[in-house]
Amino acid sequence: MPQIEFEGKQIEVDDDGYVINLGDWSEGLAQFLADQDDIKLTDEHWEIINFLRDYYQKYQIAPMIKILVKEIGKAMGKEKGNTKYLYQLYPGGPAKQACRYAGLPKPTGCV
Amino acid sequence: MGTPKPEELIQKIDLTPQWPGWMDTPTEIKPGNFCWGAKAKDLDGIGFPNPREWNPGEEDWKLPENWKEIVIEGLRERLEKYRTLKVFMDICVRCGACADKCHFFLGSGDPKNMPVLRAELLRSIYRREFTTAGKILGKFAGARELTMDVFKEMWYYFFQCTECRRCSVFCPFGIDTAEITIIGRELLNLLGCNIAWITGPVNNCYHKGNHLGLEPHAIMSSLEYMIDDIEEYTGVKVEPTFNRKGAEILFITPSGDLFADPGTFTCMGYLLMFHELGLDYTWSTYASEGGNFGFFTTNEMAKRLNYKMYAEAKRLGVKWIIGGECGHMWRVLNQYMDTWNGPADFLEVPVSPITGTRFDNAKQLKMIHAVEFTADLIKNNKLKLDPSRNDHLTVTYHDSCNTARGMGFMDEPRYVINSVCNNFFDMPENTIREQTFCCGSGSGLNASENMDLRMKGGLPRANAVKYVNEKHGVNLLANICAIDRAALTSSMDYWVPGVAVAGVHELVANAMVFKGQGKRTVDLRGEDIPGMEEEEEAEEAAESIAVQEPQEEAAGAAGEEGSE
Repeated sequence: MPQIEFEGKQIEVDDDGYVINLGDWSEGLAQFLADQDDIKLTDEHWEIINFLRDYYQKYQIAPMIKILVKEIGKAMGKEKGNTKYLYQLYPGGPAKQACRYAGLPKPTGCV
Repeated sequence: MGTPKPEELIQKIDLTPQWPGWMDTPTEIKPGNFCWGAKAKDLDGIGFPNPREWNPGEEDWKLPENWKEIVIEGLRERLEKYRTLKVFMDICVRCGACADKCHFFLGSGDPKNMPVLRAELLRSIYRREFTTAGKILGKFAGARELTMDVFKEMWYYFFQCTECRRCSVFCPFGIDTAEITIIGRELLNLLGCNIAWITGPVNNCYHKGNHLGLEPHAIMSSLEYMIDDIEEYTGVKVEPTFNRKGAEILFITPSGDLFADPGTFTCMGYLLMFHELGLDYTWSTYASEGGNFGFFTTNEMAKRLNYKMYAEAKRLGVKWIIGGECGHMWRVLNQYMDTWNGPADFLEVPVSPITGTRFDNAKQLKMIHAVEFTADLIKNNKLKLDPSRNDHLTVTYHDSCNTARGMGFMDEPRYVINSVCNNFFDMPENTIREQTFCCGSGSGLNASENMDLRMKGGLPRANAVKYVNEKHGVNLLANICAIDRAALTSSMDYWVPGVAVAGVHELVANAMVFKGQGKRTVDLRGEDIPGMEEEEEAEEAAESIAVQEPQEEAAGAAGEEGSE
């Protein structure tokens, strides 16, 4: 299984780079993963990551984009409740990229 | 690893014969053309052999020492168990009728994607181990030794077949190459060599009832979001029930409809239509998956996963079942469920409570397809429809391989679409109905790491869409399969940008006029309906709405006549 080294510790990830054990995740690791894509995590980024982690805790699955958009809109105001805003923050896709930083498994979406 | 651009991909297709022969051409496992290997935790979760972490792109697949024995023994067992396999191994004369019928061959030019040659990968082993000629004459009799390279080659190509069965339509002997792939995958499975995209959903389904691993509260939450959207867009407040004992009908749909666009819009369509009819039905958060990825592992696993449908129907005490828009789900139901899990003698022959139609075609199964149910409603004038709401759409219909070839379900979807849309054009006849081309991503191959392969396999279907797109301005590809909804969305974006993808019930609900409904200005995606945005126009339209006359020519499609 692929591993990444972070703060002297080996962390298991899947073939697409998603952290395997939720417990391995930390805020520092999120920034470390974002660094690889040249992204500096701002408060706006963290709002999404925190929402994803909360949702995952409750439902054991990453939310579909529709739900993410709606909830972010509710919590942070309508101007942020759209996919364009989310893509600005996460050009690699709010589901795929943000979930990876949030330490969630890769979203499956459609089987 | 990027997917090549469409024009690059097309240029690489070379359909001319190659030298040396296929047995002497080594197989290279190319990135973009294979899926990640099955994960240890998933194999472990479903009790499959050889759970371990492995990467098909690496040399060592971590197989047990006696791997070869296991495969040969597995083949022997299956030759004894399945008469079809034995026949299919023996009777092929390699006439080549199937060669250019496979979407993967047409899209890749790889000779080993000719169905005959893909089957030959296994046949050559069969000949070597189980026929006298093969044992003595070896290569001259088309036989070869099972080596690790051969094993890997089988893995690579049996996961480049979507079990769509288009080739079987053209085989003069009626050889079902999908069955060869199915057995091939069973043999690979004996060594833990399935793919992650299949075993992950199977493990989820085994433990949680659906491929996505949605727990009951996640299912309800997902539907609640849809309920909110429906109210916002249509003003109708739908109130579905869950796990309700004593309901007349149980509804089961693929979980993709609950959790991925554009399947969710199809799901909103079911919710609206059932609500409008006042149907006495329930969802189940346990039998929460219509699809069956177990079918892509082993026969036994498919049977196990499918068991929950009847079991839940019995527990809830419903009379019969409606199944949602799905492809392989219906092949499994139509061809296997009764023998696997039946007889469902605790259920009744489906009778539509709205029209009185008795569906004798489902006498044994006790389950009908949602589109069958809707076609009957329309035929009996039970839905108030305004197809002009879909006038901005020019629609074509993609027959799912499994509903078309696996159950002969071809007229009902067209009848429904033609009743709710004014502009419909079929694709060329050698690409639809029983000759339909696969979406390119069926049978568990709709992962993201094999996008290169998926786009190759999707080319023939996309090419036919492009034809009607250019000729008739088609801008919507309708279908009745959850995998199609996901897979065709990617392949249209890639090959024919501008063509959207939708399930049939999304179109139905967009055309439906609901009781007491004001003007409708947005569709189920929350987008403005062209021509419906103006206040005055909308009112005029509302006045002129008439219940659509049924179309006689397709009347036979909707099952038996009403019994009353």
